Amino acid sequence: VSNSVNTQKKNGFLAGTANYVDERVGVGGILKEFGRKIFPDHWSFMLGEVALYSFLVLLLSGTFLTFFFQPSMAPVIYDGVYAPLKGAHMSIAYSSSLDITFEVRGGLLMRQVHHWSALLFVAAAGLHMLRVFFTGAFRKPRELNWVVGFVLFVLGMGAGFTGYSLPDDLLSGNGLRIIDGMMKGIPFIGTWVSTLLFGGEFPGHAIVGRLYSLHIMLIPALILVFLAVHLFMLVIHKHTHYSGPGKTDTNVVGYPLMPVYVAKAGGFFFIVFGVIMLIATFFTINPIWNYGGYDPSPVSAGTQPDWYIGWLDGALRLAPTGIEFMIGDYTVSTNILLPLVISLLFLAAVAIYPFVENWVTGDKREHHVLDRPRNAPVRTAIGAAGVMFYAVLWAGASTDLIATNFKMSLNQVLVSMQISLIILPIVAFIVTKRVCLALQRKDREIAIHGRESGRIVRLPHGEYIEVHEPLDPHDLYKLVDFKDYKPTLARPNAKGKITVAARVRSSMSKFYFEDRIAPATQTEIDEAAHHAHEIEAEVQKAIESSK
Amino acid sequence: LSEKSKDVAKQSGVYSDHEYDAGLRVIHEDAVANPGIEPHRVRMTDKSEKHEKNAVRQVAALFTISMLGSALALWAYFAFPISEDLTTVRVNTLFLGIGITLGLLGIGIGAVHWAKTLMPDNEVSEERHLTRGSDEKRAAAVEIINLANQESGFSRRKLIRRTLYGALAFFPLPGVILFADLAGKPGANPGDKLRHTAWGPGRRLTLDPYGFDSEGIKPADITVGSVFHIIPKGLNPDHEDYLEQKAKAAVLLVRVDPADLVESEEKKGWSYQGIVAYSKICTHVGCPVALYEQHTHHLLCPCHQSTFDLLNGCKVIFGPASRALPQLPISVDKDGYLVAQSDFLEPVGPSFWDRSVKQ
Repeated sequence: VSNSVNTQKKNGFLAGTANYVDERVGVGGILKEFGRKIFPDHWSFMLGEVALYSFLVLLLSGTFLTFFFQPSMAPVIYDGVYAPLKGAHMSIAYSSSLDITFEVRGGLLMRQVHHWSALLFVAAAGLHMLRVFFTGAFRKPRELNWVVGFVLFVLGMGAGFTGYSLPDDLLSGNGLRIIDGMMKGIPFIGTWVSTLLFGGEFPGHAIVGRLYSLHIMLIPALILVFLAVHLFMLVIHKHTHYSGPGKTDTNVVGYPLMPVYVAKAGGFFFIVFGVIMLIATFFTINPIWNYGGYDPSPVSAGTQPDWYIGWLDGALRLAPTGIEFMIGDYTVSTNILLPLVISLLFLAAVAIYPFVENWVTGDKREHHVLDRPRNAPVRTAIGAAGVMFYAVLWAGASTDLIATNFKMSLNQVLVSMQISLIILPIVAFIVTKRVCLALQRKDREIAIHGRESGRIVRLPHGEYIEVHEPLDPHDLYKLVDFKDYKPTLARPNAKGKITVAARVRSSMSKFYFEDRIAPATQTEIDEAAHHAHEIEAEVQKAIESSK
Repeated sequence: LSEKSKDVAKQSGVYSDHEYDAGLRVIHEDAVANPGIEPHRVRMTDKSEKHEKNAVRQVAALFTISMLGSALALWAYFAFPISEDLTTVRVNTLFLGIGITLGLLGIGIGAVHWAKTLMPDNEVSEERHLTRGSDEKRAAAVEIINLANQESGFSRRKLIRRTLYGALAFFPLPGVILFADLAGKPGANPGDKLRHTAWGPGRRLTLDPYGFDSEGIKPADITVGSVFHIIPKGLNPDHEDYLEQKAKAAVLLVRVDPADLVESEEKKGWSYQGIVAYSKICTHVGCPVALYEQHTHHLLCPCHQSTFDLLNGCKVIFGPASRALPQLPISVDKDGYLVAQSDFLEPVGPSFWDRSVKQ
């Protein structure tokens, strides 16, 4: 006993605490395992962090809001401080949202913190997904973690939409009305689905309470579970790093968790929180007091959903006129179903992409070095086409604002969007692929012939040349370290039959790797260097003789 | 996969424990060798004591700013209470927000600055191992599973296994059916309620939202080119199902020159002296079709821009909607007020599967 007391005194409070915790939790082993874990450093690795931290801010600000918000649709007559709505009929949900805004100190601030961080959460998660896609970080062994991340993104949109609808204001009520209309369009079960959700006819008295349960309990719990799985897999796999000198598929190069990443990542949480607070302080978001409570009759023109729902709203708008049809007495609302199916297919394509690419390349090895996007031209082009498709749908949600702000015909804006939805992704694919290939060629040229030095020399026989300087080996390695694939033929299997799958895989491999720029090899570089030496010798000789 | 590329993979030491198929990957045997991590660049704070001291002061200053910011926020909470005067909300939000922002950013920027200037920035390399367990570990795992299987007889005892599958398949069903009452009391078919609205023979038209207890509207009140938002007389906010009824019964009333109206034979008597009443609920997904363009007589839904031609039976001329807005037949009663002749003769609002099925 005296011994341990002495140790504690000798080493101070920190050591004493550490000893106390370790003897009860065994934290020493955990720290030994993870304390000096290496994390690679790159700005693009922060995007996922931003999403994680904005989620924490959502939990904090959301908890505050739950203490004041009342998720009830019972009617009341407003008697708060906001004069323009005094005496108006509204739901308790809406009136308590107004009270949070105008009668709780910091209430408006917290509402805005919550809404801004929700927008940031989905945005950061989306950008993080794009980073993972364009650098090939989804490849083996991370395919499942891509799917987990995808689920998180969809859950994020769900959390956003359910939260957006809670204040029961006119704007969000019209959003729910659109959801109701879409559900009714589902064949066979549409009216049942809508009735189940709304507890009877739209809008009913149940929906806000139900969305509240989903918004503050079910969805956040699911997000937490999937986040835990996501981060657990991150630890298992160790973070990827960009290709470069010293980096391989069998190591991880970066800085230790303690102290550098504790300080950087911990500090970054405060920066993300601080920036959200700054935005929430100065910029209004969702001024529900301007809209009034929900009423199915009025609507405001030029309204927009939160940004992450925009692409779905755009898909609804871009459906061609009059495509609904009848089978006997039954109505098939193709104008609802087509956008719905296209959106779901788009999401499904995102979810399964890693498995498709893995099947085509057949490369079952572990990939921990990230691709530069140019070095996977077709993947990058597919990504660009997907981004373009999403972007046109998203812009489609603003056809009316584009038309009024730019003084254009609404009809022409919409029709051009419909055409763009098909044409622009194809254009984006072709342009991106060509740009990638051109960049690869340029890289290859620089790797082999060296950097242009700007020194022009005239040779004795009158030829002018620019002298190229060889690259520093570290810079050179960045240009040549990438994985190179080539297309395969459809080969017969053990029974001597060429299967359909083999044919498909062969043509897909052609699609992916037909246009291929191989990395510069040491032999090529040496040959070029030899040639350069010859020229240099000739130059030197010319200089000598001119003296 | 060529044997050669497998060999190269093995040689390069990537897969000491296990070999994976490299698929279509081309392994270049004369690839440029990895030169190793770039030489470390020494920072000013490592070289000069002056810079190091400065950095320490900067970090401490940032943490101090954080404290001051938090103090500012605490002070602002009491110094700027909010009252009936709404400008107080703005001031409260502003100072509270600035204080908390400084409190957060001070810590955040301080910690990152500390890490970047004063903590070691030598890149360290750590080995990765294959995600899969070693062959040994996997064999041990398989052994455990086999042992468990043997001890429980899971594969051997088919009857137990199959009944367990059955039980597991059925046990969630009560949990699912419990949710059926989410629908309230929908009756045999929830679509039935969508076929009826608050309109009926002789029900007077009144102004939305506060005209429900007025006498009604006379044709003379409706000037040519004006649009009126209409609800049935007596539909007021005290009703239990006020919003549900309004969500179906909202109507737009417009007067045009009767000579401009193109009316089908069966709907000839549905308008009154050029006054027509159409459902305000869009046939696309149910937004209120609230915009009326006077010179073209088009109705436009602000949600998804479906456009309806008022003169021509409110047929869709643009946008994602597919069906014309349902028309409410109107006339005047003996006191000269505008009334509905009947309910709508088809379900209003978004399409649903059996909307055209005869009841």
